[in-house]
Amino acid sequence: MLHLRSPYKGANNTAPVRAVPPCPGPAATGPPAASGSMFPMVPRAGRPPSHQGEDLDVATISSTGHTRRDFLYIATGAMGAVGAAAALVPLVTQMNPDASTIAAGAPIEVDLTPIQEGQVIKVFWRGKPIFINHRTKKQIEEAQNVNVASLPDPQPDSARVKPKHDEWQVLIAICTHLGCIPIAHQGPYDGYFCPCHGSVYDTSGRIRSGPAPLNLALPPYEFVSDTRIRIG
Amino acid sequence: MSGHPTYQPQNAVMKWMEARLPIAGLIHSSFVAYPTPRNLNYWWTFGGVLAFMLASQIVTGVVLAMHYTPHVDFAFNSVEHIMRDVNYGWLLRYVHSNGASMFFLAAYIHMFRGMYYGSYKDPREVLWILGVILLLLMIITGFMGYVLPWGQMSFWAATVITNLFSAIPIVGEPIVTWLWGGFAVGNPTLNRFYSLHYLLPFVIAGVVVLHIWALHVAGQNNPDGVEPRQDSDTVAFTPYATIKDGFFLVVFLALFAWFVFYMPNYLGHPDNYIPANPSVTPMHIVPEWYYLPFYAILRAVPDKLGGVLLLGAAIVILAFLPWLDRSKVRSARYRPRYRFFFWLFFLTCVALGWLGSKPAEGVYVYAARVATIYYFAHFLVILPLLGRYEKPLPLPSSITASVLKRSGAVAVVAFAVMLTGLIGLSSPSVAAEVETPPKQNWSFAGPFGKFDRGQLQRGFKVYREVCQTCHGLSLLAFRNLAEPGGPGFSSAQAAAIAAEYQVPAEPDDQGEVKDRPARLADRFPPPFQNDNQARARYNAVPPDLSLIVKARGYDRGFPWFVFDLFTQYQEQGADYVHALLTGYADPPKGVEAPSAGTFYNKYYPGHFLAMPPPLSDGRIEYTDGTKPTADQLALDVTAFLAWAAEPHMEARKRLGFQVIIFLLVFAGLLYFTKKKVWKSVEAHG
Repeated sequence: MLHLRSPYKGANNTAPVRAVPPCPGPAATGPPAASGSMFPMVPRAGRPPSHQGEDLDVATISSTGHTRRDFLYIATGAMGAVGAAAALVPLVTQMNPDASTIAAGAPIEVDLTPIQEGQVIKVFWRGKPIFINHRTKKQIEEAQNVNVASLPDPQPDSARVKPKHDEWQVLIAICTHLGCIPIAHQGPYDGYFCPCHGSVYDTSGRIRSGPAPLNLALPPYEFVSDTRIRIG
Repeated sequence: MSGHPTYQPQNAVMKWMEARLPIAGLIHSSFVAYPTPRNLNYWWTFGGVLAFMLASQIVTGVVLAMHYTPHVDFAFNSVEHIMRDVNYGWLLRYVHSNGASMFFLAAYIHMFRGMYYGSYKDPREVLWILGVILLLLMIITGFMGYVLPWGQMSFWAATVITNLFSAIPIVGEPIVTWLWGGFAVGNPTLNRFYSLHYLLPFVIAGVVVLHIWALHVAGQNNPDGVEPRQDSDTVAFTPYATIKDGFFLVVFLALFAWFVFYMPNYLGHPDNYIPANPSVTPMHIVPEWYYLPFYAILRAVPDKLGGVLLLGAAIVILAFLPWLDRSKVRSARYRPRYRFFFWLFFLTCVALGWLGSKPAEGVYVYAARVATIYYFAHFLVILPLLGRYEKPLPLPSSITASVLKRSGAVAVVAFAVMLTGLIGLSSPSVAAEVETPPKQNWSFAGPFGKFDRGQLQRGFKVYREVCQTCHGLSLLAFRNLAEPGGPGFSSAQAAAIAAEYQVPAEPDDQGEVKDRPARLADRFPPPFQNDNQARARYNAVPPDLSLIVKARGYDRGFPWFVFDLFTQYQEQGADYVHALLTGYADPPKGVEAPSAGTFYNKYYPGHFLAMPPPLSDGRIEYTDGTKPTADQLALDVTAFLAWAAEPHMEARKRLGFQVIIFLLVFAGLLYFTKKKVWKSVEAHG
């Protein structure tokens, strides 16, 4: 029988919660080697109980085959794991956008008639700024007459506007570098310039120089009439 | 004290770690090898339950704080936002609010267990005092949390409790002003309560560590109250205590789930679903059930300062219990006289709780005075005298000897009695002489209740054609009409309904705010801009109907509220609204209307209300062939409003069924695992 360290004797002098340095003796616990048992310290029935865990060696021996006890322990443990995992679901999904946020992200419609040629307006959709640029003839030509292959993120202007509406350019006004809002009509290409880290975009919103890796993204949108678009 | 092998890391990494920070060894010696008396009964599992509840409250609280807005203008609606919009928000909030009740329930059982078995006696005095400090911290934290939803009960609880300090002579008023951060309970109060409500649980967690530390120094007491003397008196904490605690925790969680999923508002007050109104105090304000005994003591004293002092003394006196009880024998098992007085004291506490829920008038006050006197007499007279004159029974020679004599039956019945006694005390009573609303046969009642889609659509029609002129539905969005568990409109139908309403648009280029048709994301626009406009128009402020079914109710009284817990009757609000809509009558002889333009109603507290009878036979035409009697219209609109108040009710009951089944199966598995684990211990001496 192991000599127990009982907190009931001389308990007022020593705090037993403090870890006691290991001393030689039968292994008190350890990895339940090659056993499916959840509770390696369970004394085997029929043996005088000794309650401090020195039965490890005995208990593991009995679990080499599948016994009913093993099944019970595995089933209980699995049930607990399933319960704990299920409890995590609400705790994790509560951080996803809630129903009101999703509803507020519904498509918006924008009337294009008040936007003058050469003017860029900013609207918000799903909390993101959207540039709507009524491009001039010169800007359109500049955007089209570019050697696409020479661009960092090659894309023709025609892929960035809607057919027959190439004077209207709709962009998500978020720099593809680290999320700042570029300034319209700035930079060497009369396009957009990001003040944060100096990325330069052309009048098609394509990256031309600076740290940004990609062209300005396009939001999903469509023309509901010649003068009205729906974003989203 | 000689060391014995506790933790010997096998793995090189763990050895390296153990030599530097022996945390694994600490955990091992505290929660694995730690010897625990073998004769502990299930009353000893509440320590584990409490640890779980604290963790649960902290986790759900941190999550709720991500969605809550501590501002007087937004707090109430942000809580409703959690209930309606946040993913599983209703679950998290109900777990948190009912969790507070479960936390207190477990704490009180834990304390009564300590009293019954004398767990506070030498050498466990500090352990006990730390527990009293934990209770005090819980009381403060729970109170501050109750203020945060900023309903009527929140506001008036904050007002009443902070005013306790005004009883202090000279410095009382400055202290109260300092607590408020203003001249009344207001936004600064709410903000600081929020901050402290977030802080204090971590203070509690810190004191819990001390509590466990003190426990592990002195060792656990046990039902026989004799210290372990030999190896066979104790078992290792793991697996023996762990599996037993785990089994009971899951049983306890099943009870918890019963409240969360089926009776989530049973322990609360309807008034707290009315937004805080500093100009109107509710008819009958009552604290949550777990404060009722202390509340009764406060009200029993006819003197302001005296009441406050006695309220404080009722808690503080607990800390002196180790020295007031003079008996050397710990367990009530061997103290027949003490056993009798313990149960008398327990009943006194329950009685105080019941009295605290009653109006402070007439016989209740006298009863509360008697109970208060007995409460203190138990500590100050009975315990000291008992210690001197009681003749204890002979103690067993050891725990092992005692165990072999006993069958080990658990007082499950006592637990159930205690539970119903403690829990059911919270129903507030409404002014007398109002008729009790008749119970209706709602389709949404009971554990499998669902809303009748057709009825919800008819009820919505009634709302639109009758109620809407005066009553808002501000918490409901048009999109809700198309959400599962609701009236079952299609998205297109809901959008078409929305388009019939006008809401303010964004300012245009000239800065003018014009109206635009509402969209799915919009909420129902209010029928009036502010209360003054309503008063000028209707001679009263018609309440918003979003939460009306949860914000109304009536007192069920003893013993019905106990049965309600099992039958899940929680449609008092719906019954009341239906009764009110159909309860107009001519006033009895000799009863005069207090003012012109008020109407007599059998069910309205005070009987005269400004709303004229709204419904009559055939007032509305139904297209589905239902006969539009006044009663049918009232049933339909009430069902619609019940859904509007709790749009996720169907999801709640569905998930609840799954959770309860899971917990029962899990509890069964744990029970058999526990049997296996304990088999050898129970078979041998």
